[in-house]
Amino acid sequence: MLNYIWSALMIISIICAAALGRLGEVTSAAIDGAASAITTAITLLGIMCMWSGFMSIAEQSGLVKLFAILLRPLTKWIFPELPKNSKALNSVTMNMTANLLGMSNAATPLGLAAMEELDRENGHSPHASNSICAFVVVNTASFQLIPASIISLRQTFGGGDPYEIIAPVWIASAIALIVGITVAKMMQRN
Amino acid sequence: MLNLISISITPILLLLIITHGLFKRVNIFSTFTSGAKTGIQTVFNILPTLVAILIAISMFNASGALELLGKLLAPILNIINFPLETLPLAIMRPISGGASLAIVSNILKTTGISSYAGRVASVMMGSTETTFYVIAVYFAAIRIKNMRHTLKAALIADLAGIIASVIVVQFFF
Repeated sequence: MLNYIWSALMIISIICAAALGRLGEVTSAAIDGAASAITTAITLLGIMCMWSGFMSIAEQSGLVKLFAILLRPLTKWIFPELPKNSKALNSVTMNMTANLLGMSNAATPLGLAAMEELDRENGHSPHASNSICAFVVVNTASFQLIPASIISLRQTFGGGDPYEIIAPVWIASAIALIVGITVAKMMQRN
Repeated sequence: MLNLISISITPILLLLIITHGLFKRVNIFSTFTSGAKTGIQTVFNILPTLVAILIAISMFNASGALELLGKLLAPILNIINFPLETLPLAIMRPISGGASLAIVSNILKTTGISSYAGRVASVMMGSTETTFYVIAVYFAAIRIKNMRHTLKAALIADLAGIIASVIVVQFFF
């Protein structure tokens, strides 16, 4: 699937660029994109080490279990196949906690760690398990208590209430999350 | 107040992890370093995917394809009173977080944060994620060939979030 999207993005770009006379821009954009992947990875490397490290402490101390109990009603619906107290469910819980608290630079490292645990749980099969699919869908839906980055952006422009969008954001992202998980549950049967 | 909460979440969580670890007599320093080591491997696993995806996204951004697509879709969007200014955002949101943020800034600057388009853009930005990036990077961390229904479900969720943003804003304000 990613094959098609990746190639479609580039083919469409080149055709549009040719039609609009922007071939030069597209060429330099390709090179800039490759370079920015490396800068992103280097930044991510530090953050990844930091959160993987703190995550290990929280796991060893049993703190993760407390979060797991709090989120259990939600995780039970989304991941019915993950055993209670499993390492995979612990990692999933930490990622969801980070997402809920709006800690976006913690959510990715914790999410990647969770993917590895889910993969182990799935016996390293080349086919994604239902839990893996559901977990990625949760992470593409972004449910957070305080949408901090958009609020601070609104604050910088001013001229109104920057916080007025919080409740609408909750409702819209809850709808996105519920639709995503429901669709995933319907599709997993085939 | 909310600002204070959002900047203090990370330090509070770190404090909680450290003190809880000390209290439970975990050897926190060596636990941290061995955890950090696993993080390095993960980043190296996703690096090639990151390069591939960022090349395609930045080409798409520079090509002007977005403006063309907007012109094609405009008639359908008028049905739910979709603010046309936010269409580039709706298309870009699943593809690139940075580009979406730039589009939102521009909408907020030109129409104001309490305008219809400004509110819809804010809700859209806050309620959805960079789906392609998340999928590519998350699956790159493990060796899965067949991601099954993940992408379809995620894109349907995005579409639901985008339509919900428009409707919820009309309902609230």
